[in-house]
Amino acid sequence: MIAALRKVRTFAGGHSGWIGLVLLAAVILIVVLAPLFGLPDPVRNNLRGRFVPPSFNFLDLTRYPLGGDHLGRDLFSRIVYGGRVSLAIGALAVGLGGVIGVIVGLFAGFYKGWVDRVLMRLVDVQLSIPLMLLALLVVAALGPSLQNLIIVLALTSWVRYARVVRGQVLAVREREFVQSAYAIGVGNLRIIFVHILPNVLTPVLVIATLELARVIILEAGMSFLGLGVQPPWPSWGRMLAEGRNYMGTYPEVSVYPGLALFITALAVNLSGDWLRDRLDPKLR
Amino acid sequence: MSRYIIERLGEALVAVWGIVTIVFVVTRMLGDPAVLLLPLGTPEAQVAALRAELGLERPMVIQYLDFLIRAVQGDFGLSYQFFRPAMDLVLERLPATAILASTSIVLGVIIGSLAGFVAAVKRGSFLEFLAMTVALLGQATPVFWLGIMLILYFGVNLGWLPTGGWDSLASLVLPVLTLSIFVAATVSRLFRSSMLDALSEDYVRTARAKGLPPGTIYTRHAGRNALIPVVTMVAILTAELLGGSAVTETVFSWPGVGRLLLQAIENKDFPVIQAGVFLIAVIFVFTNLLIDLIYPLLDPRIRVTR
Repeated sequence: MIAALRKVRTFAGGHSGWIGLVLLAAVILIVVLAPLFGLPDPVRNNLRGRFVPPSFNFLDLTRYPLGGDHLGRDLFSRIVYGGRVSLAIGALAVGLGGVIGVIVGLFAGFYKGWVDRVLMRLVDVQLSIPLMLLALLVVAALGPSLQNLIIVLALTSWVRYARVVRGQVLAVREREFVQSAYAIGVGNLRIIFVHILPNVLTPVLVIATLELARVIILEAGMSFLGLGVQPPWPSWGRMLAEGRNYMGTYPEVSVYPGLALFITALAVNLSGDWLRDRLDPKLR
Repeated sequence: MSRYIIERLGEALVAVWGIVTIVFVVTRMLGDPAVLLLPLGTPEAQVAALRAELGLERPMVIQYLDFLIRAVQGDFGLSYQFFRPAMDLVLERLPATAILASTSIVLGVIIGSLAGFVAAVKRGSFLEFLAMTVALLGQATPVFWLGIMLILYFGVNLGWLPTGGWDSLASLVLPVLTLSIFVAATVSRLFRSSMLDALSEDYVRTARAKGLPPGTIYTRHAGRNALIPVVTMVAILTAELLGGSAVTETVFSWPGVGRLLLQAIENKDFPVIQAGVFLIAVIFVFTNLLIDLIYPLLDPRIRVTR
């Protein structure tokens, strides 16, 4: 019994990264290939499909495998297409935040002095505002739209990259190959982007993965409040908000979108932990 | 030591100034408040009169300084919806938010630290596996979904607890449970790893060699040092709970600042938005300050180097 438990444990402990990667690959594949499955239109209403109970028949996708929502839209199709929206927004926001953060970190670490002080003070100020609050404030000002949502999420995420990249650059800039490039007269920008940048990308990749899970959950929260993805576009957060109104009578409508969110976040977190342990144990 | 305190206080003030500036800039990005306030098609003369009344034709720098001075006094003007001082409205809602956040953090840190402690001390045991699996799952669960699921089970299915609102102590149970699960998951993972780091330090080996009882080593030697990152995490979690209060309070129909803010956003009630964001950010800055001041008590090295 104990031996069996130990086996389960070492499997889960040593291989949790693989579980995460496989789960993540599955989520990405389903989401990217969604149009090939012949899913029903995720935004078309069908009053006869209102709160149809789930058939759990994933072979015949026209029979509401996870049931229908309050407008008779197919829940499974909405979850898959909602995943497309969530992952795309997450990836774009993390990418945009990464580009901004890496550039800030590169310049702060390379030029040091007052550039560094000003940029890092900016980081401190941003860190002193709760992220969700900042996001709410900006959306309140600009109005909810896909584009604003991505900008807001990127704004909440650049700081982490900037801090870590700056630290790395401070070390890398003293290395011999950078010093010799400087000695033979290579320009500053070329040193920053050609010589230093490739050497600081490993932790950036790790942060990006860990940020992805956070940003996806934040987006769902914003959409839950009605400040993120706008209807009729499906989004997990929005679906949870809609399902909440029918919680007493049709609980499954709020169960499945959250489950999709949970599985995705878990997969990204596990993959991120795995990546971190492999690439950069120091970040722990 | 006093220099350390002054430096931290200075940093906090810079942060507050930064927040006021961001709030000012973002609000001005919206365009002319006079146009936003009046109904469409208002005659130009009336718009101009309101602009003059609100002081909007003064130079931007003067407007900014004026905003700064008034913000420090907590004066953000009257709410557009309720025609009462915006800060008063926010302060009325503050106790509800504060009780929810503080109870959840205290409970979550206690549970999380215990779980992390056991996981580190009983390394390789089934208990560690259990604690860490639960923590991993807890960390991936979105707080608002967990809240909905708990309401569904304990509120709707079993009917044991109220599903929302705040009218008795029982209504505190589900929101606090939801948030403290989230806090405990984060804290237990962090405390476990920092405890493991501490247990591999030389001073722990020395303590073992001296023949001290394991209980003393775990608590007095390793545990105390391992708590330092947890204290830092409390600051981050405070930010998450306060910032995320809009979501949690919506799930539980909780009458706090978060829902007030959300309502203000829907109605474009800018004085209330400004006051709410300002107050939450200031609370957060001072939580951080408090934690910075606690550090030297936990870690004498900070006292020496500063």
